[in-house]
Amino acid sequence: MSSLSKTIQDVFNEPGCGKNQGKSEKEKKKGCTKQLQPGGAAGGCAFDGAKIALQPITDVAHLVHGPIACEGNSWDNRGAASSGPQLYRTGFTTDINETDIVFGGEKHLFKAIKEIIAKYDPPAVFVYQTCVPAMIGDDIDAVCKAAAEKFGKPVVPINSPGFVGPKNLGNKLAGEALLAHVIGTKEPEYTTPYDINIIGEYNLAGELWQVKPLLDELGIRILSCISGDARYDEVAWSHRAKAAMMVCSKAMINVARKMEERYNIPFFEGSFYGIGDMSDSLREIARLLIEKGADPELMDRTEAVIAREEARAWERIEPYKQRLTGKKVLLITGGVKSWSVVAALQEAGMEIAGTSVKKSTREDKEKIKELMGQDAHMFDDLTPREMYRMLKTAEADIMLSGGRSQFVALKAAMPWLDINQERHYAYAGYHGMVDLVREIDRTISNPMWEQVRLAPPWADNDANWQSRAMAEEPEPVEAEPDLSPEQAEAARRARPVCVCNAVSVGMIEDAVHAGCTERDAVTAATRAASKCMGCGPLVDQIIEDMLSNDGSILQAAE
Amino acid sequence: MAELIKQTKACTVNPLKMSQPIGGALAFMGMRGAMPLLHGSQGCTSFGLVLFVRHFREAIPLQTTAMSEVATVLGGFENVEQAIVNIANRTKPEIIGICSTGVTETKGDDVHGYLKLIREKHPELDHIALVYVSTPDFKDAFQDGWTKTVTALVEELVEPPLPRSTPNPRKLNVLPGCHLTPGDIDELRDIFEAFGLEPTFLPDLSGSLDGHIPDDFTPTTIGGTGCEEARAMGQAAWTIAIGEQMRSAAEALERKAGVPFRLFDRLTGLAANDALISFLSEISGRPVPRKYKRQRGQLVDAMLDGHFHIGGRKIAIGAEPDLLFAISSFLHEMGAQISAAITTTHSPLLAQTPAAEVLIGDLEDLEQRAKDADLLITHSHGRQAAARLNVPLFRMGIPMFDTLGAGHLLSVGYRGTRDLIFAIGNILMHQGHEPTPETWREYPSTLTTPPQNPLQKELVP
Repeated sequence: MSSLSKTIQDVFNEPGCGKNQGKSEKEKKKGCTKQLQPGGAAGGCAFDGAKIALQPITDVAHLVHGPIACEGNSWDNRGAASSGPQLYRTGFTTDINETDIVFGGEKHLFKAIKEIIAKYDPPAVFVYQTCVPAMIGDDIDAVCKAAAEKFGKPVVPINSPGFVGPKNLGNKLAGEALLAHVIGTKEPEYTTPYDINIIGEYNLAGELWQVKPLLDELGIRILSCISGDARYDEVAWSHRAKAAMMVCSKAMINVARKMEERYNIPFFEGSFYGIGDMSDSLREIARLLIEKGADPELMDRTEAVIAREEARAWERIEPYKQRLTGKKVLLITGGVKSWSVVAALQEAGMEIAGTSVKKSTREDKEKIKELMGQDAHMFDDLTPREMYRMLKTAEADIMLSGGRSQFVALKAAMPWLDINQERHYAYAGYHGMVDLVREIDRTISNPMWEQVRLAPPWADNDANWQSRAMAEEPEPVEAEPDLSPEQAEAARRARPVCVCNAVSVGMIEDAVHAGCTERDAVTAATRAASKCMGCGPLVDQIIEDMLSNDGSILQAAE
Repeated sequence: MAELIKQTKACTVNPLKMSQPIGGALAFMGMRGAMPLLHGSQGCTSFGLVLFVRHFREAIPLQTTAMSEVATVLGGFENVEQAIVNIANRTKPEIIGICSTGVTETKGDDVHGYLKLIREKHPELDHIALVYVSTPDFKDAFQDGWTKTVTALVEELVEPPLPRSTPNPRKLNVLPGCHLTPGDIDELRDIFEAFGLEPTFLPDLSGSLDGHIPDDFTPTTIGGTGCEEARAMGQAAWTIAIGEQMRSAAEALERKAGVPFRLFDRLTGLAANDALISFLSEISGRPVPRKYKRQRGQLVDAMLDGHFHIGGRKIAIGAEPDLLFAISSFLHEMGAQISAAITTTHSPLLAQTPAAEVLIGDLEDLEQRAKDADLLITHSHGRQAAARLNVPLFRMGIPMFDTLGAGHLLSVGYRGTRDLIFAIGNILMHQGHEPTPETWREYPSTLTTPPQNPLQKELVP
């Protein structure tokens, strides 16, 4: 078995991953993702994942060995911020051509490494393998080894060609490369009992800097962040930390676990998203450090900082909370973000109309249930039309998702906010939570939405796709049994109109029969359309239908 | 005029170039009801998808055959078949456009053969056009992928006219290069229609990527040229090709349907547009509409006003060959000096570029040659170089991920040229450095020798 496939098997065999432990031997072999479906797949490859995980190391030259597609189409497109070196944003690639395919690209790669070291003199060069050189058999491990000896500098092979699997696997393979070639190769000048590693934090939009000032205040030193705003040397001496926090769910769990195994660095899994999560993470860091010998008074100081920061954050959220309470959010994201963001939004008084759990593990789902109740609306995959319908029928007031599905919301003229890795705002820590709430408020309250929803004066309202999507019934969850006319009528009457106040079709019809022929009167009688107002048009429709079908109601009312 | 140099360094730093398959995919996106499909691993598609989404700020239809390591070794027939069947079932396309990638080309998948087998096996897919283009990543560049795809569309779709039928003098075929934006295509359509002509653009990005709110939600492209319209292109009296890259497609159309063509190597600049307008007047038999006479006057005035700011300035450009040629020729006509010209791939036009040399290279090369430039013109990735050099950047080409309205940037026609003069002239004008007492101080002076010791004179004896 080649060393790459062995590494992949090893990664799949992750004992730190609860999900993996529940699988049979055969299932484990298949790996941790669904088989990709030709013609129906979307998402990055393993190379993409490896690059995302390591590119935030700012002073390293990241060299992609492959044809122009792998680097040329994608470089400098992530918002990982640096407090110093900018070399990580420079795109380096061997841009291999037909001659390389025929004669092999190893010499080309060696020359490229040589040029980089001569021109940029970085502390290390990371070399990323891609599909094509992997197919023709370029041995990047050997080239890197030779180059490292020749130039007296670490040259690290990252063996994660795109076709071995999805992005998540690439994250883990990148972690393996760090474990094999970087971590433990240098020693820090000094250590303290307050040294921690933060693993799986990429400092997107500078999020790490929303957290770091608090750690500084507590006297906790981030010995190494893997890999946000990191320097090569910091990663190389990260094995001297006393404790670690693993941030991004399961993406780099192999690094955290193996560092615990090899260097006795205990870790916990936490999140910086949301006020409660942030406080829990600070407590956990303090607890682990104290366990490893730090002065127990650290916990008192931590609690004091938490109390102060929480109070301040609540105070800052308060003005928005009044406007946002009862607003419903549709959350389309993956993995850990689905529950960490749920908690955060609930803190601001918002309700979750539904959340996607496509990439979430069983534990993630449990956490969501814990937060949202047993009947939490979770779905694997929403078709764009279903998303649209949820936004339109005011089952949701805003959608938070990654860039891919933004156009469903925007083309439907509904508010949308980016919460994936390409976003430009930082949402971590106490500050970040306030910022997220402010951004949601700024988006929802924008008067532009009313303008863009106005139909043009010449529009044919029945023919556009918005109304067709509305006309489409949501797919039934189970096949309904044949109902007697009475049962069907009961079911029809029981259908909810106002979700906020649990008002059904029947309740509204009864109110209309009792003489409420205007929406205001129905609202007064049933409380429908009094909260989010989203069902107002539906109430109007019911009144209108009944009045036009049954003239006696109007007479009765008069 | 220009000497053509090919960069010989082993490591490309800060690529200017993008890969061929996504150039091909973009061409397919100008077809109505299209689903472009990259035959490769899923990253090949995802990188292109993100790039286009950020550039056009639109939903982008683009699928993948999701080749795994094993499938790559064994051959991708099943992946191609499954992908086509899945796409047909899910998205009901009119056309599926398939581009190969480095992975499947290295293996040597015979996709033409695969498609033949798939056609035999799946008669239910007969109504869907399947067009395949070979576009290995490790060869050529974005523009070449576009060229090959449009040529393939002509060869696969266009039907020869019926024998003894006369061509329709109102119908005009237009083959736009990939350097034209959806906004450019819209502008050209207006011009052609003003002469009473009925243009068919192949491909037509203005219908699909111009950023409109569609009437229906569709997973495929939301507009563009339909396969039916493309098939009928053989009935037109003329073809206009824009950009040297479209020569092969125009020749294919001539070969296949006997439609003569006229190639305009650029439509940016006064003389270039005069040539277009008189050609249109000639083939339509109509006088030039008043609108364009006025626009011409406006352009002339803009050139007069703009030359003060553009004339004599040093401009460094990094762009694909046809865009490089169009912009540098036009700026040269405005009196600018093209101090650096970097491009991505070969083209017969490069030798005519008004610069001392044209280098096939990357943005590192551009940065090194742009040290004394007054303006940098390239795509958004030039931002780092511009910041380091402290030189303003005017964004042109793909990708423009940090700019709104990338799809509407206009550079063709009298009006487009006029607007381009204003945009570039304004950047140069705003750049104006305020003089300080030190601005012109230099020792030794070029005019006079300074006193040996300037303070000595002040001493009172």
